[in-house]
Amino acid sequence: MALSGIEIYKLLPASSKNPEVKKHANCKECGFPTCLAFAMKLSQKQAELAQCPYVEEESKNKLEASAAPPIRLITVSANGHKVEVGNETVLFRHEKTFYHQPGLFVRIKDTQADAADVAKAVGQYGVEYVGMDLRLDGLVVEAAGGDFGATVAAVKEASSLPVILLADDPTTAESGLKAASGTQPLLWAATPDNWEAMAKLAAQYKAPLVVRIEGGDVSALAELAEKVKEAGVEDIVLDPGIRDYSSSLTVFTQLRRLALKQNQRKVGYPLIAFAGDDPVLAGQHIAKYGGFIVLDQFSPGTAYPLLVMRANIYTDPQKPIQVQPGVYEINNPSPGDPLMVTTNFSITYFAVANELESSGLPSWLLVADAEGMSVLTAWAAGKFDAERIAKSVNTTEIADKLNHKRLVIPGHVAVLMGELEEELPGWEISVGPREAVDLPNYLKAHWG
Amino acid sequence: MTAITIPKEKWSGKVREITLGATAAEGGTRAKTVTVGGESTLPFLHFEGEVPHPPVIAIEVQDRQPAEWSPVLLEAWGDVTQDPAAWAKAAEKKGADLILLKFALHDDLTGDYVRQTVRKVLEATGLPLIVFGPGQAEIDNEIMVPVAEEGKGERLVLGVCEDKNYRTIVAAALANDHLVNARCPMDVNLSKQLNILIKDMGLPLERIVMDPTTGALGYGIEYGYSVMERLRLAALQGDGMTQQPMLVTPGEEAWRTKEARSDEGIPDAWGDWAERALNWETLTASTLIESGADIVVLRHPESIQRVRTMIDALMAAA
Repeated sequence: MALSGIEIYKLLPASSKNPEVKKHANCKECGFPTCLAFAMKLSQKQAELAQCPYVEEESKNKLEASAAPPIRLITVSANGHKVEVGNETVLFRHEKTFYHQPGLFVRIKDTQADAADVAKAVGQYGVEYVGMDLRLDGLVVEAAGGDFGATVAAVKEASSLPVILLADDPTTAESGLKAASGTQPLLWAATPDNWEAMAKLAAQYKAPLVVRIEGGDVSALAELAEKVKEAGVEDIVLDPGIRDYSSSLTVFTQLRRLALKQNQRKVGYPLIAFAGDDPVLAGQHIAKYGGFIVLDQFSPGTAYPLLVMRANIYTDPQKPIQVQPGVYEINNPSPGDPLMVTTNFSITYFAVANELESSGLPSWLLVADAEGMSVLTAWAAGKFDAERIAKSVNTTEIADKLNHKRLVIPGHVAVLMGELEEELPGWEISVGPREAVDLPNYLKAHWG
Repeated sequence: MTAITIPKEKWSGKVREITLGATAAEGGTRAKTVTVGGESTLPFLHFEGEVPHPPVIAIEVQDRQPAEWSPVLLEAWGDVTQDPAAWAKAAEKKGADLILLKFALHDDLTGDYVRQTVRKVLEATGLPLIVFGPGQAEIDNEIMVPVAEEGKGERLVLGVCEDKNYRTIVAAALANDHLVNARCPMDVNLSKQLNILIKDMGLPLERIVMDPTTGALGYGIEYGYSVMERLRLAALQGDGMTQQPMLVTPGEEAWRTKEARSDEGIPDAWGDWAERALNWETLTASTLIESGADIVVLRHPESIQRVRTMIDALMAAA
């Protein structure tokens, strides 16, 4: 978070201890009557520091540093797959939005015989959700007594995804870094015991480095991160060393608040969170400030819901995903096939369209402009009523494509039937099911 | 080393405490009561406030075996779904804190039938009871009166009150010393408004449970989640009309989804049906608990343990 007006004022000529600078106090050359006025404008981003010809070098640096994002953006990548985490500005998504989805990584031990197979499966896994292709982000390779370097190489090869290297000692870590060459892995971790060697490696291999302490001691974590930064490693990820629900929630919240509200730059970094094999804990990390999230197992029945959770929490509240209103043809319909109407909220559209498509039955889907709201929400808000549906029918001229005039409306807005028949003379309105999943059966029963 | 001071928020308000059920000493027949709410901080942030009561789990039991429920769900309960009394008993055994008896929409919802059903569920379980109508205003109003009368003394929660239909249910609650569930479609101001309207009828705020309406994972959960975070923040900042404990229905929402109901014609990437379906319910529930849900209504018996594990872990002071 940027400095306040008063804090900026303390860096301007009027507050300078150098008489040569201070004599320019309130000179008005920036275009504002006083240094204080200029400071206020700067804090609101309504002025540029360059407007002041007399600000000191040290002040300039401080101001630039404070303009840097409060939580550093960290990138881990391989073969064009990039995971970017950090650069968050709020504690609650409704305040603005969360910007960078947490990375979801699957952990493999270097003693696992199926390491390459798991890596391959993770690398290939993808699932569609409201028109998006959701994917896992990478693998965590853990040094557990096997051949670390060889496992890292095998995992990298099999998955093509970025890796996080879990190694306690610098020698092992280095073998992993060597094996990951050509990619940008994340190295876990620098601890109070080994940070100098780990920092050296991170700097040498240009890898972001996790800074780790035990027991959630925030001060110790900040101090260690500071040391690592002073040793030349700027790309840092924090691991406060707690693994349970309660401590994670508390410490992660505290760290986010320190970074955002206290402008505490020593902890201005994303977090790594370990969920074990508990999807509910992984869900908490997604919602509450996890940056890199480590899952101990890979299973589609768990990966899919977690990927959807991540997409949901990280949706920009101001931009609910919408689809273009209009007529959508499903399975090559002919003029005699059914016509359904729904809203242009993405989840609604895809729920309905997917059902229709997978049923194999041909149909026409009229998507009305309901300002991106679901059927019930739009109806409650007056954005999906008889008038609007009629308008949609008329402006798209869908009647020209059909040899009938029968429209199926969503079951949740059954109450609109009478009114809609008045708005659309000559049309027969049928009430469809409430849930998209019941559409195929409905169509089979009513459109023989 | 300069120690970092952990910043603590100073909240000026807290969530009301609401008690469901009544024991013999209080005029009812429940084995014990359940109290929720009372939080003076954001969910589970024990270091800066009090969380006197954990969120609690209600199991939804219907008056008839639900025709439309996913086979995964029906198999998990077995035969008890044919009888609400047996079902409630089984749910209590599985660790539920509350029973939510939901009347389905059918032609036998006579006054007598409704009374008998409520009576036998009250006799089958010692847990406090929530009773919802089928969700159609006229029918809800008709049946809530005999429900309220039959359950007099038991401090039931009657539902669902909405801004378009609340008077009859609130009147029944007033006449028979019950509570109500007040539901609004994901809107902070509408929630406040409904609380005010109900309070203006004479029902004290200690008898109003707030239901912000939520969607399932993948089907709008983030809308409800954010409305709940906003409501809870407003409560802690002193807004008296948002200080009600919140009830959410992740069971109903999650088990409506294709992910929970279907095993055919779905992508391989969706994985194992039971695993996915259960995750769908538990992740919906757990996310809403993170945003302040005090009462979560679930359907699958295994979800009880998973959600309980999370609640217990979060209640352990950091």
